Amino acid sequence: MRVPCPHCGERDVAEFRYGGDASKMRPTHDTGDLKQWHDYKFVFDNPKGPHLEYWQHVYGCRQWFKLNRNTATNEIIGGEK
Amino acid sequence: MAKGYSIFSLVKHALRPSEPWPEAWEKPEPKSSYDVIIIGGGGHGLATAYYLAKNHGIKNIAVLEKSYIGSGNVGRNTTLIRSNYMIGGNTAFFEKSMQLWEGLSHELNFNCMVSHRGQMILAVSPGQVDAFARRGNIMRLNGIDAELMDRNEVMKELPYLDYSKEARFPVHGAIHQPRAGTVRHDAVAWGYARAASQLGVHIIENCEVSAILKDGDKVVGVETSRGKILSSKVGIAVAGHTSHVAKMAGLRLPVESHILQAFVTEPVKPIVHHVVSWGAELFYLSQSDKGGIVFGGHIDGFNTYTQRGQFHRIQNVMESATTLLPFMSRMRLLRHWGGIQDMTPDGSPFICKTPIDGLYLNGGWCYQGFKATPASGTTFAYMIANDQEHELNKCFSLDRFEKGKELDEYGIGNWAYKQ
Repeated sequence: MRVPCPHCGERDVAEFRYGGDASKMRPTHDTGDLKQWHDYKFVFDNPKGPHLEYWQHVYGCRQWFKLNRNTATNEIIGGEK
Repeated sequence: MAKGYSIFSLVKHALRPSEPWPEAWEKPEPKSSYDVIIIGGGGHGLATAYYLAKNHGIKNIAVLEKSYIGSGNVGRNTTLIRSNYMIGGNTAFFEKSMQLWEGLSHELNFNCMVSHRGQMILAVSPGQVDAFARRGNIMRLNGIDAELMDRNEVMKELPYLDYSKEARFPVHGAIHQPRAGTVRHDAVAWGYARAASQLGVHIIENCEVSAILKDGDKVVGVETSRGKILSSKVGIAVAGHTSHVAKMAGLRLPVESHILQAFVTEPVKPIVHHVVSWGAELFYLSQSDKGGIVFGGHIDGFNTYTQRGQFHRIQNVMESATTLLPFMSRMRLLRHWGGIQDMTPDGSPFICKTPIDGLYLNGGWCYQGFKATPASGTTFAYMIANDQEHELNKCFSLDRFEKGKELDEYGIGNWAYKQ
């Protein structure tokens, strides 16, 4: 799989680290509702299809960015800084 | 319908080759309703149907498989069985599985080629030897066989490893489970399918579930590519696609789907006589009866439903292989393939009820689905028949993260580097 880094261009997936679902919202820090924290930490949408996710270019510019990837085909649909 | 396999049936068919062997299991048309529907005709689904029919007398069962029997993870794993677990909840469950493996060929009247060749996990530091001693002691207290071996004993058993002064990860010892080994995985699928079919279970291939039908909070059936099928009890056993199927019932689960690759080399003469695992990196290998070295490593590292592996993981696994067994650098890789497995945050499975009445979940198997097949089938069948947890699977619940009762045996969940 080739991953398009918005800063360095397209590189092999070996240069990147996956950072998980980017559509999840971290609960506010003072949230006492443990159910919210549980869902944020442990529950995954895990769709078979388009998935907005974080990647980090660890062996390149080390920047984090978002990628929209189809998990059924690994096709990259789009990305953003 | 195939009758029992025996020396007599073998001789009869050898003498009369014009009479072909009958199909191992029947291929019926789906009925409009069943007492129990199992979604997923893999090892776990077939085993569940078999034990429901045999142990609980429920014979009006359909197993719905979207492809053909043996097409999924039951035919994609590295065929290893072991019960070297030490956390309460895992220990008894996987030991039960090992006991069922021991008698499985007789139970199913199908040669599963269960081989107790033993597994050695190599320790690469004195600290790891201590950790293995602790694991071995806990196993023995639970009645599971375990032996600690020092470097010299390992050198005698596994003379082909790198014992040189330059070895990157020196071998300090090993923990040995003599009863661990391998099983021919296709035979497990075929054996359970045939035995279940003989008890009246309907195995329906090429039947993909597209919706789970509910009436309020109660399950009433499924919509499939071969029509609507009704049942008040539906079990999901589709590891790899658990989130995808559970979503049809409106559930979100602590599961991510990841690809795990496996590899086999060209066949060579017998050299690896055990299952060998490594303490330095997640890496495990055995030699098949055909002679190929079968091995694997970590998941690729990001969630995907494609069964195509990435090259960086292939390189990483080959580096493990040649570091531990230098002779493998001169071998050629014959095939590699991928399977999609459910990864859970603690690396342990789910066999549990769901918030929906009559809908039962079996999934989240991570790296350990194949070895668990018989115990998974037994306990899942018990739960579906009695609508309550079996003693052995009550720790595999869906709410264990809420309650702080994770079963983190090895620190190999979907986010390994966070643990």
